[in-house]
Amino acid sequence: MSEVKYSKEHEWIKLEGDTATIGITKHATEMLGDIVFAELPEKGTSVEKDGTAGVVESTKAASDVYTPVSGEVVDLNQSIVDDPSKINQDPENSAWFFKLKIKDKSEMDTLMNKDEYDIFAKESSS
Amino acid sequence: MDIKKTSLYQLHQDSKAKFVEFAGYQMPIQYSEGIVEEHRFTRNHSGIFDVSHMGQLFIYGQEDLVDDLERIFPLDLKNLKLNHSKYSFLMSDTAGIYDDLIITKIKDGFLIILNAACKENDYKILKGLLTDRYKMILDEERSLIAIQGPKSVEILNSVIQGVENLNFMSGNWFTLDDHNIYITRSGYTGEDGFEVSLTNEFADRFTRRLIDKGAKLIGLGARDTLRLEAGLCLYGHELSKDKTPVEANLKWAISKERILKGNFIGSDIITKQLNNGVSKIRVGIKPEGRIIAREKTKIYNESNLEIGEITSGTFGPSVNGPVAMGYVENEFSKKNTKIFLEVRGKKHPATICELPFYKKSYVKGVN
Repeated sequence: MSEVKYSKEHEWIKLEGDTATIGITKHATEMLGDIVFAELPEKGTSVEKDGTAGVVESTKAASDVYTPVSGEVVDLNQSIVDDPSKINQDPENSAWFFKLKIKDKSEMDTLMNKDEYDIFAKESSS
Repeated sequence: MDIKKTSLYQLHQDSKAKFVEFAGYQMPIQYSEGIVEEHRFTRNHSGIFDVSHMGQLFIYGQEDLVDDLERIFPLDLKNLKLNHSKYSFLMSDTAGIYDDLIITKIKDGFLIILNAACKENDYKILKGLLTDRYKMILDEERSLIAIQGPKSVEILNSVIQGVENLNFMSGNWFTLDDHNIYITRSGYTGEDGFEVSLTNEFADRFTRRLIDKGAKLIGLGARDTLRLEAGLCLYGHELSKDKTPVEANLKWAISKERILKGNFIGSDIITKQLNNGVSKIRVGIKPEGRIIAREKTKIYNESNLEIGEITSGTFGPSVNGPVAMGYVENEFSKKNTKIFLEVRGKKHPATICELPFYKKSYVKGVN
């Protein structure tokens, strides 16, 4: 069973066992516009909940990517660094950013489910 | 103050524009296809830009006016032919740039196109210098539409016959449905194209006709990536009151004849800088890899000394990589000089390069 949750910073997180896959939401990509640069954390580093764990840049501006939970970076999606436009094309699936071995599963409880996030995204863009 | 809207506002809305406030106007930053696609469409086809927020200043007068304007602009206006245009600057006594502009000789006077954010101040300065001797109209009744890209000549000519005969940096009056339209072959994208001055009431209908012929609306976002790839300056970024045309590496726009004689505003400093050089100068900068260096990014030399600052930086869709412009100390301004850009606390390698990043395809002579 996998569980997908969402953060107020517009990241999605999918938990399978104790491995979490993290990316940015479709709503985030629509707000950003064409993404032309992506930077990921280094493999093996530890990241803390709500800390920065990457950068995306559109033609307009740079934005930090935050990690919604704490853990150790175990895998990176190099394909989005090589071709950042993939993030616009498939943000919530193949264009994931990084995978974490998570420290504390209870951190997932602080995040929104799909319905809650959809309402939050709608309100935050109006 | 209320935010102003151009005559194309409804059309922008109908075209699903995302808006941004720019110089007191509600302007489209992009439409539904996004900046990169709009940029590519302009390079390959034909893009329409609403630039009605820019100032259209008409000044009417004869020989006296030419003399008086030569005391202001570093141009050989006496020899500027009817319907020909020149790029120039309104400068302070110390040659600081108040605005960069295009001045065109028209029948009975001159038409000057000014930046939106500068136009009110420019008018005040020029009114102060020219007093009430000439009729001066900062015309709010006219819109300005640019059409840019390789297919623009064909599209515009199918709507207004004869525009294909215009040479680069020249213009003429045309008539369409009883409306007087002034068209110049010019632009701000590095592509062949035109700027069309027409009455506000006709702007919407006219633009929809261009769209029917296959041109697409392009927002300010792509306008910025296009001009940056073309190595063109943007006021408030590359140009300001603290920069002179020589520092901005725009000395080509200053008439050599006028330099010899002097006697225009700022001529002392310009002459001095042309003779002695400047301490900092505008250059093109190509970052290595994909890192984007935005405005205010600090520039370092190989010995880790700060030597300048980025004034504009973005991702260039046609270059398929990052591009930037900035000012560096003169000794580091040579082509291929290795520099470093500090982005998010890390120094990234980059190279000083020639401008433009993207080669122009302006039409020089069609006749």
